[in-house]
Amino acid sequence: MAISRDRRSALITMMVVAFIVIAIRLFSVQILDKQYRITAENNALKYTTRYPARGRIIDRNGEILVGNKLTYDIMVTPIDVREFDTLELCRIFDLDTSIVKEKFREYRTYRTKIGYQTLTFKKQVSNEQYNMFIEKAFMFPGFTGMPRTSRTYPFNAGGNLLGYISEVDADYIKKHPEYRSGDYAGKTGMEEAYEKLLRGEKGYTIYLRDSRNRIMEPYANGEYDKLAVPGTDVVTTIDAHLQAYGEQLMKNKVGSLVAIEPSTGEVLTMVSSPGINVEQLAEISKYYRDIVTDPYKPMFNRAVMSPQPPGSVFKLVNGLIGLQEGVLTPQTQYPCHRGYVIGNLRVGCHNHSSPLNMYQSIMMSCNAYYCYVFRSIIDNPKYGSVREAFNKWKAYTESFGFGKKLGTDIPSEQAGTMPTAERYDKLHGKNRWKSISIISLSIGQGEIGCTPMHIANFAATLANRGYYYIPHIQKDTPEAPINSSFKERHYTMVDTSYFTEVVKGMYMAINGEAGATARIAKIPGVIACGKTGTAQNPHGDDHSVFICFAPMDNPRIAVAAYVENGGFGATWAAPIASLLVEKYLNGKIAPERAYLEQRVTEGNLMYKVKVKKR
Amino acid sequence: MQPATYRKLDWVLIGTYLFLVLFGWMNIYSSSSMDSGSLLDFKTKYGMHLIWIASSFLIATLIITVISPKLYSSISWPFYFVMALLLLAVAFVGVEVNGSKSWLEIGPIRFQPAEFSKISTSLLLAYIMSKYDFSFKSKRDVIKVVLVLLIPMVFILLEKETGSALVYMGFLLVFFREGMSGWVLGLGAICILLFIITLLLPTLTTMLIFIGILAAIWAFYAKHNGVLVLFFAGLLILLLAFAPRLYETLSDGSMFIAKYPVEIWVAAITIPLALFFAIRAYMRGNKTIRNVMAGYILGVAMIFSVQFIFDNILQDHQRARIEVLLGIRDDPMGVGYNVHQSLIAIGSGGLFGKGYLNGTQTRFNFVPEQSTDFIFCTVGEEWGFIGAIVVLAAYLVMLIRLINSAEKQNDRFTRIFGYCVASCLFMHVLINISMTIGLMPVIGIPLPFLSYGGSSLWAFTILLFIYIRMDLEKRK
Repeated sequence: MAISRDRRSALITMMVVAFIVIAIRLFSVQILDKQYRITAENNALKYTTRYPARGRIIDRNGEILVGNKLTYDIMVTPIDVREFDTLELCRIFDLDTSIVKEKFREYRTYRTKIGYQTLTFKKQVSNEQYNMFIEKAFMFPGFTGMPRTSRTYPFNAGGNLLGYISEVDADYIKKHPEYRSGDYAGKTGMEEAYEKLLRGEKGYTIYLRDSRNRIMEPYANGEYDKLAVPGTDVVTTIDAHLQAYGEQLMKNKVGSLVAIEPSTGEVLTMVSSPGINVEQLAEISKYYRDIVTDPYKPMFNRAVMSPQPPGSVFKLVNGLIGLQEGVLTPQTQYPCHRGYVIGNLRVGCHNHSSPLNMYQSIMMSCNAYYCYVFRSIIDNPKYGSVREAFNKWKAYTESFGFGKKLGTDIPSEQAGTMPTAERYDKLHGKNRWKSISIISLSIGQGEIGCTPMHIANFAATLANRGYYYIPHIQKDTPEAPINSSFKERHYTMVDTSYFTEVVKGMYMAINGEAGATARIAKIPGVIACGKTGTAQNPHGDDHSVFICFAPMDNPRIAVAAYVENGGFGATWAAPIASLLVEKYLNGKIAPERAYLEQRVTEGNLMYKVKVKKR
Repeated sequence: MQPATYRKLDWVLIGTYLFLVLFGWMNIYSSSSMDSGSLLDFKTKYGMHLIWIASSFLIATLIITVISPKLYSSISWPFYFVMALLLLAVAFVGVEVNGSKSWLEIGPIRFQPAEFSKISTSLLLAYIMSKYDFSFKSKRDVIKVVLVLLIPMVFILLEKETGSALVYMGFLLVFFREGMSGWVLGLGAICILLFIITLLLPTLTTMLIFIGILAAIWAFYAKHNGVLVLFFAGLLILLLAFAPRLYETLSDGSMFIAKYPVEIWVAAITIPLALFFAIRAYMRGNKTIRNVMAGYILGVAMIFSVQFIFDNILQDHQRARIEVLLGIRDDPMGVGYNVHQSLIAIGSGGLFGKGYLNGTQTRFNFVPEQSTDFIFCTVGEEWGFIGAIVVLAAYLVMLIRLINSAEKQNDRFTRIFGYCVASCLFMHVLINISMTIGLMPVIGIPLPFLSYGGSSLWAFTILLFIYIRMDLEKRK
């Protein structure tokens, strides 16, 4: 019994102590602390949110891509609402009476939750409507106007890149509890990626309310108010003029165009076509349905989200690996008579002189040559098995960034695909595949998927002769410094000296004599290097691919163009990429190339693209 | 039963009950009477609550006069089983009312099983623990009661009603009374304390405080050498406190030491030592040292895992509420809105309050969930410190009366049930009031007898009156 008596006392003591703690806290809150003391006359405080101006998005040369303009949101505090003329309100804001009724039914249902809170009644009303409302505001107790900023797009470029903002919904708030209903947040593109910088910090003004609920003056002369902190401007690496020009070139074609400054990894241009028009961004809610139902999927950022086989561009990768592995020298010659034939396998090729050395093979884009190179890599006796050699080859390609996310700051970046030994085991049986079985990898076909960003990054790697910086769209500024990973060089597993050799072949592809595949990309006054690609497409016309960089020494721009159903690389992708380079380096298009510019801008390939109609 | 026996009812308990219920209604009237005038109202809460009160009185009368107190022990198993099923049903087909998915709708009736399962759990615990051979030394018995406790808790957690589940921890107090080791309660308390301190202070500081607490406990238990323990603990704390200095001097040359923060070193040195002493104490059968050392190891593990638990296991809103409570984050317009408004309401009450029906903060609905979970705000604002203390005192009177009365019972079933009632009541009052005055994170549970709502009032009425009726058996 003694123990139980002890325990009873212990429990009672515990309860008494807990109650004493509560009593002490009550004493301090109710009697000691003046902070909560509000006198009977001015008893209630009303918090009004002050919204910050969202940060602007500025291009690399100071052009404003996304700015702000003043609009008004009409707010309602349901508990303050008295009877009002519904028809008049509907007339001012051009609303349907049933909508207003529906809203008020909702306020009624959730009245305990709403309490004294103020809600958004109508978003972004025009200046004209706002002025009409202000004149008659006395008729609508409980309604107020709240100055907000909405986005403007002074420069007609970069719809997909910039992204849009919209009001946060319940789902979003659940994931980001710091947001309140009525706040806006970036949902795609840079608006999403840099939301934390752009959004700024909300503030509030405190007003006094009398016992009849009328708002009096600011509390304590605004001493306890919190000012809104405007969002930070984000400077992008994009060149607005070049972006606009790129979009013009890609108009009415499906594909992407990416330009990178090789010496920094800064993305100069990123076009995904067809894309979202900036005019639609400002009023995204109005166009949203059209955009998502568009069969060409304008919301889809092909530049980082659409992995495709790279085609002949990939021969350069195999050439580099061959050189590094010692199974190929620039002087190695292989014959080609319209293709590579072994057993009943045949990889076709076009008509060109034979035999070829490595430089010529790049210049003329010979398929057979790279079948030989690829087989000598995979069948290299140095490795015990095809599997081992293949894994080594795969490690090389990964060091170029293929088959993995590059780690850019662009939302929804895709990793693309590189085949694995396991995949071939499944296709052909365990270890029952040989270099012949996977020969299509030699010319960038088969199980490879690279996004245009991967290909552009490869172009930049070639321009740098062996390393790349992770492509990024935010420019380093003191207010918003970029991730340090964007400032590191990433070397491939291939020695930089071999790049010089491959680049010579790329020089010849544009500037070479008869047989050079990319002569159309020759720019007056600029020495450019490039490589065409034609990605086989079982569903329609082949895809046209081209990479290039210029000038050859100290390159300032590296470009990848991917035009779906565009046919040969030289037909569409090479002109588009070279025009972009010319515009960037020369500032204008030479008269003798004006016809090319006209052909490209007027060209329409949309009819070739098969889309699913909904 | 003769009418004369009713005079022997515990009128102190009934009196405080009546006071709290009626006072509660007054405050609900105050906080909801403004609604009727406004544009957004069609049915009043105070009217509804009057119906709940009347029906509660009816139920209480039935329990006292009609239902035989011998019934309860025999129905404890089936009743518990039915309630568990209902709780499970809520988790899947529950109806959402005011953001809480804890409601069950059967025809026109709508209620919260979580409120009533406190009764069934109390009855079953009383039934099991009142068996003559029940003992906390038997593993089988411990597992049994822990399961009885855990099943409703888990089901309620499935409904995402963390607060209501937390209340069940109160039954540990009953376990304690019936012979569970005090170490379990102590450990729980220390865990909560460590969790809070770790979030607020640097890890090393937390460890020092923890060592201090442990030393004090040790000294308390091992009375004969308490001074010595405190002396050595003080020495250890001093040494550890100076470790950063020592570390600075050492770290100039040696990269190995500088690579890891001081707290890692302290843990790396003290944990093996503690382990050694714990094992030695275990061999020699010295329970105090064994427990202290084991407690130290567990505590340090806890300190190092708090950040992980906080970042990865808690949900966003729970994390935010805790951050607001601890002052890590200040967000009067957002997560902290309720507590901020609640504190303004209570704080503005002052010593005597603003007077009945004069509380502006509460009457104008500044505090969300005013009449349910935050009813104490109205008390604090309109009746001031005095009113709040009177309510607290009423609860304390009820609690002490319950415990003392339970302790005097000859029937174990009645005694344990009495402790269950007291524990439930205590947890609700503690959590609810602490939440309104910013001592605990916002956990939405009602204040017994005062809050608006039928389920809660009915459940607590039934709990209390079953006990009062059982108690009458002894007094007859």
